[in-house]
Amino acid sequence: MVEQRERYQAGVMPYAQMGYWDPDYEPLDTDVIALFRITPQTGVDPVEAAAAVAGESSTATWTVVWTDRLTACDRYRAKAYRVEPVPGAPGQYFSYIAYNLDLFEEGSIANLTASIIGNVFGFKPLKALRLEDMRIPVAYLKTFQGPPTGIVVERERLDKFGRPLLGATTKPKLGLSGKNYGRVVYEALKGGLDFVKDDENINSQPFMHWRDRYLYCMEAVNKAAAATGEVKGHYLNVTAATMEDMYERADFAKELGSCIVMIDLVIGYTAIQSMAKWARRNDMILHLHRAGHGTYTRQKTHGVSFRVIAKWMRMAGVDHIHAGTVVGKLEGDPNVIKGIYSNCRDSFTHKNLEHGVFFDQDWAGLRKVMPVASGGIHAGQMHQLLSYLGEDVVLQFGGGTIGHPQGIQAGATANRVALETMIKARNEGRDIWNEGPEILAAAARWCAPLRAALETWKDVTFNYQSTDTADFVPTATVA
Amino acid sequence: MRITQGTFSFLPDLTDGEIRAQIDYAIEQGWAIGVEYTDDPHPRNFYWEMWGNPHFDLHDSADLMREVLACREMHRRCYVRVNAFDSTRGFETTRLSFIVNRPDYEPGFLLKRHEVEGRHIQYTVESYATQAPAGRRYE
Repeated sequence: MVEQRERYQAGVMPYAQMGYWDPDYEPLDTDVIALFRITPQTGVDPVEAAAAVAGESSTATWTVVWTDRLTACDRYRAKAYRVEPVPGAPGQYFSYIAYNLDLFEEGSIANLTASIIGNVFGFKPLKALRLEDMRIPVAYLKTFQGPPTGIVVERERLDKFGRPLLGATTKPKLGLSGKNYGRVVYEALKGGLDFVKDDENINSQPFMHWRDRYLYCMEAVNKAAAATGEVKGHYLNVTAATMEDMYERADFAKELGSCIVMIDLVIGYTAIQSMAKWARRNDMILHLHRAGHGTYTRQKTHGVSFRVIAKWMRMAGVDHIHAGTVVGKLEGDPNVIKGIYSNCRDSFTHKNLEHGVFFDQDWAGLRKVMPVASGGIHAGQMHQLLSYLGEDVVLQFGGGTIGHPQGIQAGATANRVALETMIKARNEGRDIWNEGPEILAAAARWCAPLRAALETWKDVTFNYQSTDTADFVPTATVA
Repeated sequence: MRITQGTFSFLPDLTDGEIRAQIDYAIEQGWAIGVEYTDDPHPRNFYWEMWGNPHFDLHDSADLMREVLACREMHRRCYVRVNAFDSTRGFETTRLSFIVNRPDYEPGFLLKRHEVEGRHIQYTVESYATQAPAGRRYE
């Protein structure tokens, strides 16, 4: 670094020289570390670009200010300490930036993100910027409540073990009256699903006021519980225009005996944290629908990767999060999805570049988030879903339940039978990845609804190239 | 009706061979295994009666199968389930739970609706079986 007198002369100075680049810096265990993918404008040096990101996401402004000298400014400066080219992507660089813990308010995603993804994302010298991953220090994690319920407690409350949970979203997503809507809920739950779900944009519209929906849905939930002897649930969406409205809806859901409510990602980080606290206080499972994320997570060069959003949401405190299906209709590269699922479910996530996980992450006892796989999946893919996603996941078959040719109950039964059959076969030591279709066909011989489901959707796949893929792939070695 | 609690209730009742295969799987995972029974299958009756303590450090499913058969023999008219527990950090909970015996006739549940103010209804699920005193249900 330059001499102090020179350093604080009025004027403009490269960020790297202002102290935001320090290749010798060894991050502290208590530092927050962010990994950005930066695409500098033509002619901008990558190190200077990385230093600028560090500067703009911490203390810097565009020019030197003498008031820095009234503070322990070196401590508060984020430090870019490593810049390396992205494999196979000319012009793009991974830049590692460390932030001192004192830069952040305890337990506040809003504060964390205001720095990390604040002004810096509009910074002109960069063509594009993407937050790829973060390492959150244990010291900071312990200031967050985390999931109000978590996977373990959710399963114990529901008394459901040893298999993924099954759900469906009511369809059509808009337009049903409360009474017709509740009909779909009842049929699906009685047929064998554990949960039915409001869609993200079902709030309180002219065709169905929220109170009406809640009342009919709880009739359906309780009737199905009595018909099956199982705990059942419906994610009542409490998303609304204001916090006051959301609390009113959530309180009504609780009064009616619902075990779960849901919110949309678009309500914002602070509202999510408020609802997480409400859910912990009220013994409620909190489901998060990730509405809106595709606008900033999908493209690889700019935005925030979903594995970071998943991390923030585990800290903010949700119990369920939509996290990709691999085989369904929505974006999902298998390796990237594995990385996201790790962030939801591990007690300790190990660095794994193939999965897009750049750091070891000790979760400090924060409860685990149940990932939800939803969108264009059906019973015929059960062996793939189980192999890719494992056991602690909610598999949601919306169209794959409600679109069944023999009706909604039959659709639900087909999914449940396919699931239990596959779990049983796996536990018996069968190779479900390869024998899956035979295992399903054998069950379909005694289960007519499964037979019809397999016949109806046998050729449905969504084989499109993923846009959000890992940058590191294993190199084939010659044997 | 057929109560569909447990991991495999939508499948035909497991044969003894199939039960043993699941127990073998649980043993392979290093889980402890317990047998429980009840004549009150309410979905929120979390505490079924324990058929002795869970068995730890199992190596052979034969021992556990003997417990399953003995419990089933003694409580033929009850629900009997096998639970597997995982003590690993981050789990420390039941990992598998499946029914291995059920009464010949399952009367199911009554849904009681208590109508309160407005259109609000308070629901209670009640097992028909528990209308008879304990010990005299499912006769």
